[in-house]
Amino acid sequence: MPRMTMIEAIRDAHAVKMAEDETVVVYGEDVGYFGGVFRCTAGLQEKFGRNRCFDAPINESGIVGTAIGMAAFGLRPVVEMQFADYVYPAYDQIVSEAARLRYRSAGDFTCPLVVRMPTGGGIFGGQTHSQSPEALFTHVSGLKTVVPSNPYDAKGLLISAIEDNDPVIFLEPKRLYNGPFDGDHDKPVTPWSKHPLGEVPEGRYVVPLGKGVIRREGSALTVLAYGTMVHVAEAAAEMVGVDAEIVDLRTLVPLDMELIETSVKKTGRCLVVHEATLTSGFGAELVSVVADACFYHLEAPIVRVAGWDTPYPHAQEWDYFPGQARVGGAMKRVMEG
Amino acid sequence: MTGGLRLHVPEPEVRPGGTPDFSGVKIARAGSVRRPPVDVDPAEIRDLAFSIVRVLNRAGEAVGEWAGTLDDEELLDGLKAMMRVRAFDRRMLMAQRQGKTSFYMQCLGEEAIACAFRKALRPGDMNFPTYRQQGLLIADDYPLVDMMCQIYSNSRDPLKGRQLPIMYSSKSHGFFSISGNLATQFVQGVGWAMASAIRGGDKIAAAWIGDGSTAESDFHSGMVFASTYKAPVVLNIVNNQWAISTFQGIAKGGSGTFAARGLGFGIPSLRVDGNDYLAVHAAAKWAVERARRNLGPTLIEWVTYRAAAHSTSDDPSAYRPKEETDAWPLGDPVKRLKNHLILTGAWSEERHVQAEAEVDAEILAAQKEAESHGTLHTGPKPSVRDMFEDVYEEMPPHLRRQRQEAGY
Repeated sequence: MPRMTMIEAIRDAHAVKMAEDETVVVYGEDVGYFGGVFRCTAGLQEKFGRNRCFDAPINESGIVGTAIGMAAFGLRPVVEMQFADYVYPAYDQIVSEAARLRYRSAGDFTCPLVVRMPTGGGIFGGQTHSQSPEALFTHVSGLKTVVPSNPYDAKGLLISAIEDNDPVIFLEPKRLYNGPFDGDHDKPVTPWSKHPLGEVPEGRYVVPLGKGVIRREGSALTVLAYGTMVHVAEAAAEMVGVDAEIVDLRTLVPLDMELIETSVKKTGRCLVVHEATLTSGFGAELVSVVADACFYHLEAPIVRVAGWDTPYPHAQEWDYFPGQARVGGAMKRVMEG
Repeated sequence: MTGGLRLHVPEPEVRPGGTPDFSGVKIARAGSVRRPPVDVDPAEIRDLAFSIVRVLNRAGEAVGEWAGTLDDEELLDGLKAMMRVRAFDRRMLMAQRQGKTSFYMQCLGEEAIACAFRKALRPGDMNFPTYRQQGLLIADDYPLVDMMCQIYSNSRDPLKGRQLPIMYSSKSHGFFSISGNLATQFVQGVGWAMASAIRGGDKIAAAWIGDGSTAESDFHSGMVFASTYKAPVVLNIVNNQWAISTFQGIAKGGSGTFAARGLGFGIPSLRVDGNDYLAVHAAAKWAVERARRNLGPTLIEWVTYRAAAHSTSDDPSAYRPKEETDAWPLGDPVKRLKNHLILTGAWSEERHVQAEAEVDAEILAAQKEAESHGTLHTGPKPSVRDMFEDVYEEMPPHLRRQRQEAGY
C-alpha cells in the first residue's frame, strides 16, 4: 500500500475527486501553478487544466463568495484558505451565506462547498499563522466541521467532504502535515512513512463525516481530542502511565455522541483536550454533552486542557502549546479526582 | 489641537425644510450618447461612465442609437409589468399596515430597471438580486400568489416561513435567494458566472447592488474576480440616491460616479437613465450580449430615485425634503413609458385607466387567494416541524433530538 504524508493524502483526495467528477474545481491563493504554500494542490493544474485548478486573488471573502455562487450553479468547489488565520474576511460569506443557503431557500439552492485551511501551531507561526478557529464554525448551524489527525483519515474525510451536499469546513493541523507530532518539539519528527496511518489506499475510499474513532483503547479515563492533540494525548498517556482511552473525534459537527457516551460510561472519567483557546472553545461543548449524557457515570470532574486565553505567541510557542506535560498532568488530576 | 486637519463628512445639498436642488445632477440629452459595438475596447468608452444613456426625450420620443430594441407589443408588455409591480407594492404595503405581515419594501420609482432588465435575459440565466428587484420576478410571470404567500409567511409560503418578507428565492425564474445581508450576493453572482464559463455553457449571471452597499468589500471583491476572470456577468448598481437615511455621497466619496468605479478594473462601465424603460432594456441587452459572447463583465450604474421609504420601518421625511421626489429630474418610469406609447399611438389614456383597473383586480384576486392560506398572525402557518428541516440535507442526530425536545 502506498505511504503518504498528510499533504500527499490531501492532494490525492483532490485528484481522485477531480478525475471522477468534472464539477469539482479547486482554487485559492497560490493554489494553481505553484500548488499551494503547503503543496496540497501541487500538480493538479497541470493534470486537470487551468479551468479546474487556478490561482485566486488575495481575497478570502471573494474566494468563498465566488465559490458559493459556483456551488449554487452546480459545481463542487474546494477552496483553500492559505492559513486558518486568514479566514476571517470570509466569515460573513461562510456564516450568513454558505451555511444558510439551503435553509433560507427551502432547498431551492444548495451549497456543496469545502473550505480547507491549515490550522494550529507548532511551526513558529506567531499569532497569525497558528490559530485554531474551529469553535467559530462549530457554533454555526448549517456547517460541518472536520479535523483529521492522520493521512488515512485526511484523504477519506476530504473525499466525504467533497461528496457532501452541504458546506464543510476542513481544518488541517499543519504540524501534522509531515508527521505525527506528539508535542515533543526537541525530538526529530517521525515521518508518516513510519506510522501505520501513513498507509493510504489508492483511489476512492471514504471516512464518513460524523464518526469518531478510538485511537487507543483504555479503561482508566476517556480523552476527547482531535487533530494534533490526539498524538499528544497518546504520548502523554505513555509518559504518565495512565491507561487512557483516546477518542479521535475527527468530525466536530455532527459529533459522534454515541462513541463519546459509550467510552465515558465505560471509563467513568473524562479529559477534554484542544489546542484552541480555552474560553468558549469546542471543549466547553464537549464537557457539556458529556455532563448531560454521562453525569451519573462520572467518578471525577471533567477537566479541560487547552491553549491559554492569549493570542498565540511567537517566542513562547512551547509554553503556550498544551504539550505532554500539561496533558499528562491533567490525566493524573482526573485520576486523582 | 492647533493643526489644520479637519475630517470631511459629506452632506447632501438639502435637508428637510429646504428646497430640493438637483441642479448638480448633470443629465445628458436623450439620444446624445453613442452606442459602441459590444466588443469595444473598454479604454475607448471611459467617458460613458460619466454620462447618462437615455432614449426617451421630454416629448416622449425614442431617439438616438440606443433606441429600437423593443417593438410596441413588447413595450406594452413592459408597461403592464411595471404597473403590476406598482399595484403589487401598493397592496402589500397596505397589508403590512393592516398587520398582515411584519415588513415590506417597495420599489416605487425604480420599476423600469428590474422589469426591463429581465426582458434582456434568457431562461437559465441567473440574477443575484437585492431586496428591491421584485420586478425581475413579476416581469417573468412568477406567480403573484406565491410572492404574497412568502410575504405572509403562511402555510403556502415556498420558503416555509423561514425568511423575512420579500426575501424571495426561485431558481426556476433565475432569482437567487435573497440574503438580507448586503452585498454578499454581488460576488456570488460573479462566482456563478465563473462556473458557467468553467463548464463552457452559455448562461450568464446578473449581480445587483445598491449605491450604499458599493461601500462593502464584497462589491470590490466582485469587481476583482469579475475583471480577473472576465466572468460572463452584468454588474448592476442601482443608484437610487438614498441608503436608508444616508445620501449617496457617503458611499461614493470623491468618485465622480458609481459607474466610474469600474474603470480602474478595466471593466466597460455605463451610466444609464434607470427611469427610462427603453434605455434600461437597450443597455441591459448590450451588456448581456457582451457576457454571452464571452467578452466579459459590464458595470452599469442605473441612475434612479427611491421615491418611497426604504422600508415599512422607515420615514424619509426625517432626512430629506418631501418635495424631492417630484423634483427628481428623470421623472417617473411608468408615466414616461405610458406617454411614449400614447405618442406612438399604441396606447391611450382610456386604455391606461382600464389597464389600471385590470391590474388592481388581478392583484386583489391574488391577495384573496394568498390570504386563504393564512397571514403572519392568522390562519394556517408553516409547520414547526419544518423549522428543523433543510439545515442540512440529512438531519443530524443533535437536530433530531432538539426537534423531539421541541415536541415535534
